[in-house]
Amino acid sequence: MSKNKIDSRRKQAVAKWEELRNNPVPFIYIGAGSCGLAAGAAETQTAVEDYLERKGIEARIIQVGCIGPCYLEPLMDVQMPGQARISYANVMAKDVARILQAFFDDGEITKDHLAGHFGDGELDGIPRFFDMPMLKPQVRIVLRNCGIIDPDDIDHYLARDGYKGFEKCLSMTWMDVLDTVKRSGIRGRGGAGFPTWRKWETCRNTASDQRYLICNADEGDPGAFMNRSLIEGDPHSVLEGMLIAAYTIGASQGYVYIRAEYPLAIKRLKTAIAQMRELGLLGNSILGSDFNFDLKIKEGAGAFVCGEETALIASIEGKRGMARTRPPFPAVAGLHGKPTIINNVETLGTLANILRNGAEWYAGFGTETSKGTKTFSLVGKVRRTGLIEVPLGIKLREVIFDIGGGTQKPFKAVQSGGPSGGCLSEEFLDLPIDYEHLAEAGAIMGSGGLIVVDSDTCIVDLAKYFMSFTQKESCGKCVPCRVGTRHMVEILEKICDGKAELSDLDKLEKLAYTVKNGSLCGLGSTAPNPALSTLKYFRSEFISHVKDKRCPAVTCKNLVIYRVIPGKCTGCQRCVKVCPTGAISGPRSEPHNLDQSKCIKCRSCYEICRFDAIAGDAIVIES
Amino acid sequence: MANGGLSAIMQEFKGERGDLIPILQRAQDLDGYLCPAAIRDISRWLKVSENEIYGVATFYAQFRFHPPGQHHIKVCLGTACHVKGGEQILVMAKQRLGVDTGETTADGKYDLDRVACLGCCALAPVVAFDDKIHSQMSVLKIQRLLDEQEQD
Repeated sequence: MSKNKIDSRRKQAVAKWEELRNNPVPFIYIGAGSCGLAAGAAETQTAVEDYLERKGIEARIIQVGCIGPCYLEPLMDVQMPGQARISYANVMAKDVARILQAFFDDGEITKDHLAGHFGDGELDGIPRFFDMPMLKPQVRIVLRNCGIIDPDDIDHYLARDGYKGFEKCLSMTWMDVLDTVKRSGIRGRGGAGFPTWRKWETCRNTASDQRYLICNADEGDPGAFMNRSLIEGDPHSVLEGMLIAAYTIGASQGYVYIRAEYPLAIKRLKTAIAQMRELGLLGNSILGSDFNFDLKIKEGAGAFVCGEETALIASIEGKRGMARTRPPFPAVAGLHGKPTIINNVETLGTLANILRNGAEWYAGFGTETSKGTKTFSLVGKVRRTGLIEVPLGIKLREVIFDIGGGTQKPFKAVQSGGPSGGCLSEEFLDLPIDYEHLAEAGAIMGSGGLIVVDSDTCIVDLAKYFMSFTQKESCGKCVPCRVGTRHMVEILEKICDGKAELSDLDKLEKLAYTVKNGSLCGLGSTAPNPALSTLKYFRSEFISHVKDKRCPAVTCKNLVIYRVIPGKCTGCQRCVKVCPTGAISGPRSEPHNLDQSKCIKCRSCYEICRFDAIAGDAIVIES
Repeated sequence: MANGGLSAIMQEFKGERGDLIPILQRAQDLDGYLCPAAIRDISRWLKVSENEIYGVATFYAQFRFHPPGQHHIKVCLGTACHVKGGEQILVMAKQRLGVDTGETTADGKYDLDRVACLGCCALAPVVAFDDKIHSQMSVLKIQRLLDEQEQD
């Protein structure tokens, strides 16, 4: 397929995009990423369709991906002809008619649920969407299209300079592309932060008749969803990056290894790949060049360890996903023994931007050793949760408090890097987020999960949570990882149950180093990090559990007791309703009775009780 | 000889070793689980021993070896869901359905599972009921969800 075809298609696409900006009929955008849908976007869309039909209004509904502030989902934007796109937050089905009525009947912009507008400058006192506190400090490079374009429409991507980076790449030699990527300073965004160009160079310089490129979309880190959002919101950006990477390393076959838990992302990828094929962006002689490349999707089958390169390769080969010794590194001998490059979704999603705007432009963001931007999923106890993209070097405080809006109860810790990462305390809030500083502090950058916890979260319980996760996900090959993680979980359980002695803390630490040093792959060698970092920065909380048999966050079940305070209980029965074991009883309007023998300490009653707000709740937990 | 559905699936593949996991995934889509007959047919066709297929299939969390219930309830216990109280929702679901995770209710209506992460962490805690993800769940909301099901 010739280059002319994509040129003429892009012209059409630009015209179509212009029409979007100067719309003849009203447009209604629905944020329909997985989080939007979970919040009720599908019901919101049905309500919009019903309203339009009932009123006989001609308008177009466009589904877009996740724009980032998930806490505002479902998002619905209204764009009247010739006007700016105006965004409304937390629009449930029941809110739709009221908002649309203001536009269509009264010709007004209602302030109810208003989030911001997408135009330039001032608009009737409405703030710009991107000026919101959560969005203003962000630099959106990878996420530039997410939530803006229809991910199922390749024309939207083309109109926003899509595939121009790849076209530029085709006009260069592979060495020049490699050099550009080298000068940009981008490092692998999957976690370890290995310079992308170096891996590529090794692969290209290994003589072989066949090389493979794999996009690692096996985002198994619990609490992280950056890759899912990017693929759902802008699949072509990742696929364009794959073309660039494949061209540079000389690969003719590529795979996207993606979690089966992400059905929407898989659907979007399939659509996008079919569109590429139609435009001649896959297959032989791509855009009239002598570059051949084809792509396949491989669905993961639910194993966290398959995010590790050699385990991932074993899984594609149809085997148990178990890691093997390195060297040889996959760049030398990977899939079917051939040189293979495995790049993370975000790394690939960045490449087209680097090619289009130049290495120096990209290197202008970030720090001396950690260039560019990084996406994070900011979740947990922060007020504003969602997907963000920030320049590296930004301080944790800015991310958690300026972007995330801080926590409701006092901030306790932030976990960076998921089960492989570390838990950092308040004293690290001014730490710049880059590969070196995070590693020095005992955490890692990881793929970008940032989980914020407050004073209600028990740090020992959190360490136990991560250890049981890695213990379950250990592939079982190395004894220190298979057996060591189990013992670590057992010690942590003992601590949480108030049955541990001080010597157990030393045992835990010693075991942690054994697992760390004695495991083959990244899973085992990083699994003890959450335990080690919490032991280091929150030792006093461990000591309380061991010595005083007290859980300061009142979380650990065996160390807490739930009581009804008769003087405060109004007998409203709300706690009776939520108690799963029927431990709470009593007639209406009389103080309830909590049967300790039936209580499983699930915390439900404590959280539902809202009486006597001034002096505290009627149900108390004591430790 | 493989049953109709399974042989149609096999037609789509070349019969290479690397096809094993995708074929198992498709076979599970067909029957809802991997039945011994399907494993035997796949084994003969791919020329990979049944032992080895079980070895691969049991390694991955996705594969089931028992007939599933009508509805799948997956309580997410990813990190964000864990710190936001996903555990309580699981306790409630277990209590209500009278099963442990990985089990099916006696009437064959519900499967209960805990999953590591559904990727909707910003709206934690979440529960997936079949293909629909319910966000910002609570002990009350899971009860309401099950009540609604019972009424249908």
